[in-house]
Amino acid sequence: MLARYRDRGLVRTVAERVAQVTAGSPLRIMHVCGTHEWAITHNGLRELLPRNVEVVAGPGCPVCVTPGGEIDAICGLALSGKAVVTTFGDVLRVPGANRSLAEAKASGADIRVVYGVSDAVRMASEEPERDFVHFSIGFETTAPTAAIEIMRFPPRNFSIFSSHKLIPPAMEYLLRSGAAIDGFICPGHVSTIIGAKAYEGLAKEYSKPMAVAGFEPLDIMLAILSIALQRKRGVAQVYNEYARAVRYLGNELALRAMETVFVAADAEWRGIGKIPGSGLKLREEYSDFDACVKHGMGTVGGGGMPQGCSCGEVLLGSLRPEECPLFGGECRPDRPVGPCMVSLEGTCAIAFKYSGLRGRR
Amino acid sequence: MCLAVPGKVVKIDGDRAEVDIGGIRREASLALVADQAVGVGDYVLIHTGYAIAKIDEQEAEAILEAWSQVASADSDA
Ligand code: SF4
Repeated sequence: MLARYRDRGLVRTVAERVAQVTAGSPLRIMHVCGTHEWAITHNGLRELLPRNVEVVAGPGCPVCVTPGGEIDAICGLALSGKAVVTTFGDVLRVPGANRSLAEAKASGADIRVVYGVSDAVRMASEEPERDFVHFSIGFETTAPTAAIEIMRFPPRNFSIFSSHKLIPPAMEYLLRSGAAIDGFICPGHVSTIIGAKAYEGLAKEYSKPMAVAGFEPLDIMLAILSIALQRKRGVAQVYNEYARAVRYLGNELALRAMETVFVAADAEWRGIGKIPGSGLKLREEYSDFDACVKHGMGTVGGGGMPQGCSCGEVLLGSLRPEECPLFGGECRPDRPVGPCMVSLEGTCAIAFKYSGLRGRR
Repeated sequence: MCLAVPGKVVKIDGDRAEVDIGGIRREASLALVADQAVGVGDYVLIHTGYAIAKIDEQEAEAILEAWSQVASADSDA
């Protein structure tokens, strides 16, 4: 089905159209999704675009924006032996202000990697004598999976530490702060949940053309062309290029689950700062499953960006990873300094993986 | 982390499904797509063990169709 979405010839044709439509005038497009960054870099799409069209990565990696203070708090809990901590593999090596979960694990803390939140719930039911805390990270794609488990009332020795974050408030924050962005490629998987509709207000208010895109090379190139055409025509809408998976209203069942269990709250984005209404915390009705309440973890703030790391600027799209003085030298995937070099979705990690294979523009 | 992969549903048992992801069989929860009438043979997007969307092949065709003219047009679309 998707062979044509990978057809190099087609992708090239569309890129040529982008060049025609933009006719040399600068167009700076931001995406906010680690998988888009991977697809763009892996497929060499930047090299196909005309020089006047720039595609930059925004804060699209949930692990990268998880505050160092939260990682430290989770490490502290695990090291205290009060609870077993479960989390996704991506998170393990991200440095907190003091240490990473991997280091805490090496010092004897019981920290287990799970594939999904249901694994964590299963572990908790199998070991009722121990407390389990799931370090729940992720955007709108992941939050409903935690919500649906909590709605089904997991065992009482299970709770979550919610570090969930929301994408549209982050996009608004960037637009409000006057970042040089002419349009957005909206994240495909987040959009399966929140729908194309979720961006309409932003597109209109800030007059920025947007397109929801899938992850094949042609998906992304078509989204870029849509944004270029919209700008040329002087309109700012949300084009849904990924209609095969994204409905206008999104996944209503998942949205309802999220709404039932969570309420929006201000949240700290590592390297960026506090963004109003951009996080999710558990509603009071579900406080039995809230690790903050249960284990008195309180609010743990503080970005705690490692010394010398430019992740903040990388996350805002104002600096390419190669421009960070530590890139590839002190900071590499096997000994990361900053969070963007750890996760598979981190902009620096992706840039590093492909930097040897492709010439830079 | 927001990674999701397409899988083909090969078996359904309540709200659990067995899906084929590029030749590998995995279990996935259908709890988040319970209202999308997912059946055996359908493709779904799977994220951390949960199907989050049913994939509509016709929409994939329709998008290509819609763009084929715009993309190849010499003049303004
Ligand atoms: S290269 Fe390393 S230190 Fe520099 S911004 Fe990226 S993650 Fe941070």
